[in-house]
Formats: sequence, C-alpha cells, structure tokens
Amino acid sequence: MARVVVDVMLKPEILDPQGQAISRKLPQLGYEGVAAVRQGKRFELELDGPADDAALDRARKIAETLLANPVIENFEVRVL
Amino acid sequence: MDAARVGVITFPGSLDDRDAARAVRLAGAEPVTLWHGDHDLQGVDAVVLPGGFSYGDYLRAGAIARFAPLMAELVAAAKKGLPVLGICNGFQVLCESHLLPGALLPNAGLHFVCRDQRLRVEHAETAWTADYSQGQELLVPIKNADGRYVADQETLDELSSSGRIVARYLDLNPNGSLDDIAGICNEAGNVVGLMPHPEHAVESLTGPSTDGLGFFTSIVKRLVNA
Repeated sequence: MARVVVDVMLKPEILDPQGQAISRKLPQLGYEGVAAVRQGKRFELELDGPADDAALDRARKIAETLLANPVIENFEVRVL
Repeated sequence: MDAARVGVITFPGSLDDRDAARAVRLAGAEPVTLWHGDHDLQGVDAVVLPGGFSYGDYLRAGAIARFAPLMAELVAAAKKGLPVLGICNGFQVLCESHLLPGALLPNAGLHFVCRDQRLRVEHAETAWTADYSQGQELLVPIKNADGRYVADQETLDELSSSGRIVARYLDLNPNGSLDDIAGICNEAGNVVGLMPHPEHAVESLTGPSTDGLGFFTSIVKRLVNA
C-alpha cells in the first residue's frame, strides 16, 4: 500500500517556543553543538491506490486545506 | 418590538456557550442555541462563536471546527454582513476560516494562562464595541493555551493603519501576541475576534467586573436601531 508523507513546519519567521524549550534542554543532557530546534508535524497518508501524480496532487490539496495552515506553516509532500 | 435574536453555536468541546447565551440575555436579546452539525442559522440577527476546545483542538485550535456543517452558512452570512463575535476558541475558528487574518498559536510561555486581564478598547466603532468609548479600559478574564496572535508584518501594518485592532492587552501581554493584540475585526467591522472572555465579566457575582457586557449591549443596540 502506498504511503505519502506530509511534513508541516512553522514558517521560519514564526516563534516556536516548544522548539526553544527542547533546545534549552539539550546541553543539560550533555548534547552540545545544536544551535536551534524547530518542532513540526509529520502526517502519513495511506492511499487506496498508487502514489502517482494525481495522488500527490490530492495530498497537496489535503495539506493546504486541512493539515497545514498556510498563514503560519509550510508543508512538503513526498512518497514514503 | 421583538427582541434581537443572537445565535450561539455549540461545537463538540465548546465550554462557554451557556455563558455567552446568558450574556446575550442580560444584554436584552434572545439567545438562540445553534448546533454545529446543522445547516440552519435559524434567521438569527448575529452569532457568537463561544470559547472552549471545539473538536478537542485536534490538529490546531479551530482547524476542524472550521469545516463544521454550519460554518459554511456562517462564513457566507458573515461575508454579507452578519455580525459575528468569536471569543477565544471562536476567534481561533474565525482565523482558521479566513474570516479574520492571522492565526493563534500556543502561548509564548507554553503555559495555560487564566487571569483577570486589563484591556484597552482600540476600536469602538465595530458592531460589537460601539457601546464602549475609544481607549476605554476593561477588566475581563482571559483563559487560553493558544492565544498568541501572529500575522505577517504586512498584515499587522494593515490592521494597525486601518484601525482594525479592536483591543490590546494592558500591563502584561499574557501570551506573546504580536503588537499586544487581544482582538481584531474584518474590514467591514461586523466580524470581531477576541481572545479574552467578556461573557465572563457581565455580573458582579461571578466576574471581576461587568466590563464585558458592552460587547453584547453593543450588538443589541445596533440590531434594535437597524
């Protein structure tokens, strides 16, 4: 069964306090060298049919309609 | 003359629909219970989208409520001038519906904030604020997890220059909202979104003030005089 992944991230200019909280924790755990963390969402769409161009177009429509809010978020669609 | 009829939409997960209906009644209008799953606004003269966690706030606050059956009717009616007030979760639904610009994100401090909040009315000529005076200060409760108003700079500039910022936080910005924005309206001024809860400040027994009543008396006077 074909699976399409939609990654949703806050736009770079928008403050991500959750990512900052994660980032602040890393040095306390002994992990140095991470300048910043941004937190996003990953959706996996299981398709009835193949992940052809039409299915990817539909996934993009789903992403811009519901999964992401284009006012604040960017998304990427790819076949898993 | 019959009282103005103000609808209050209940979604699964709405919390403040009863308080909103009570505020409508105290202001002198007849509250009309509307159900998100219906396709009928029942001919109401105005609508309140109440606070709460519609559809559990799954995905993003307001993201799924936006597609509730009744919202199709509401969006069309709002674009034709129906007065709509979205409070807290209702504000989030209005932004997700693109009736209002921008979006509401988790509070900058990552905590749920519940406090009595001072506000300043910045725009006293909307359908929902005409009973206030420009610059009037209010004390009403705020209670939210996702109250951080964001929009791109162009939108913020446009809101500010066209006088569409309805209210700003005073003393302390409780959620990191850009430009201290607590509420905004659409270009026509009939659709207002507000993060604080005026419906919880309509009686001295239960509220920190009765400052919130003005939102509801504003719409009642407008409807009666229409």
